[in-house]
Amino acid sequence: MKITTLLAISLGAILTNNFIFAQFLGICPFLGVSKKSDTAIGMGLAVTFVMGLASAITYAVNLLLVALGLEFMQTVAFILVIASLVQFIEMFLKKSMPSLYTALGVYLPLITTNCAVLGVALLNVQNEYNFIESVVYGVTGGLGFLLAIYLFATVRERTEFADYPESFEGFPIALITSGLLALAFMGFSGLQVWPM
Amino acid sequence: MNFGKQFKEGLLTNNPVTVQLLGMCSTLAITTSMANGIGMGLSVTIILTLANIFIALLRKVIPDEVRIACFIVVIAGFVTMVDLSLQAFFPAIAKSLGVFIPLIVVNCIILGRAEAFASKNTVLASAVDGICQGIGYTAVLLVLCFFRELLGAGTLFGVQIMPKSYVPAGILVLPVGGFLCLGALIAAMQWGLKKAEKKNAKKEGEQA
Repeated sequence: MKITTLLAISLGAILTNNFIFAQFLGICPFLGVSKKSDTAIGMGLAVTFVMGLASAITYAVNLLLVALGLEFMQTVAFILVIASLVQFIEMFLKKSMPSLYTALGVYLPLITTNCAVLGVALLNVQNEYNFIESVVYGVTGGLGFLLAIYLFATVRERTEFADYPESFEGFPIALITSGLLALAFMGFSGLQVWPM
Repeated sequence: MNFGKQFKEGLLTNNPVTVQLLGMCSTLAITTSMANGIGMGLSVTIILTLANIFIALLRKVIPDEVRIACFIVVIAGFVTMVDLSLQAFFPAIAKSLGVFIPLIVVNCIILGRAEAFASKNTVLASAVDGICQGIGYTAVLLVLCFFRELLGAGTLFGVQIMPKSYVPAGILVLPVGGFLCLGALIAAMQWGLKKAEKKNAKKEGEQA
């Protein structure tokens, strides 16, 4: 395995194939938890952590499923693994890092239904990544999510006070904003720093 | 129980996408062609109805503390069934929907309806709710697909509709177009609902 492959995966996950703006994974928390930039960062970090860990564990689970010939149970097995992982992290944080736990609050259990987490597990299998590639893809995908949600939250803090048509209040203006951000991220498409 | 009222709620006043703002990921991602929209809409409607029925049946058995986990397992089971059937009978659609079929598991519409409706209501009412909410979701998908495919590629169901001289606005089938179209659609719905509300308020005022 070459280091350039890993770099290419990371670059793709953060910029060119950003989970939010290019693949539409994790839109719900993206729109829901982006009213303030500091909670957005908390959410982004939590998602990054869970995505990295989930990639590692689902890789192992998938090996087990393939060995048993139960590939069709993938979706069920993955969602169970992710749900229990999130539950476990919640218990762990509550006990050992209560300050982080209170900061994340309700967002932590919500990660279970974040499609970016299940999405990264499924994409890892689909792309036939090995263990290290899977973990790198998970972590950098999460960093891409963090970048997107932070940028969006800072823009959104300003649109609060902007003057736009009444019908666009709430989600429509947020969607238009993210559309424009997606347009900006399109500028990264085709970016290739080194030959694959 | 009122079928007409539930239908109106699902389609307009409590539409899962434009009002409850659930299930955004799939709505934005797959609405690039009519065929995709119909495939996704039907799959979600079927899964939503089956999951609602099943959860309503089990609502007295499932302990409150672990209900979310139970719901997810039920939903994941149905999603797997639909996923495998699509792969077997409609491989083209399964391929173009890709990862978004297994991702129906975490589509918040289904978990949301299970939590908000099916866990508190009878089997029949839950089934009707599933069908109505599913239709509401499909309707939004189709509206978005219609505009994005017609203007973005000049076709409908893959058939050329616009005259040859029309230059497709390719941006609409890109992710950007999804965000912009859904934003405009929700804005239009909010405008319409507000107008209807004002009209009703005026009518009531006159009566009083």
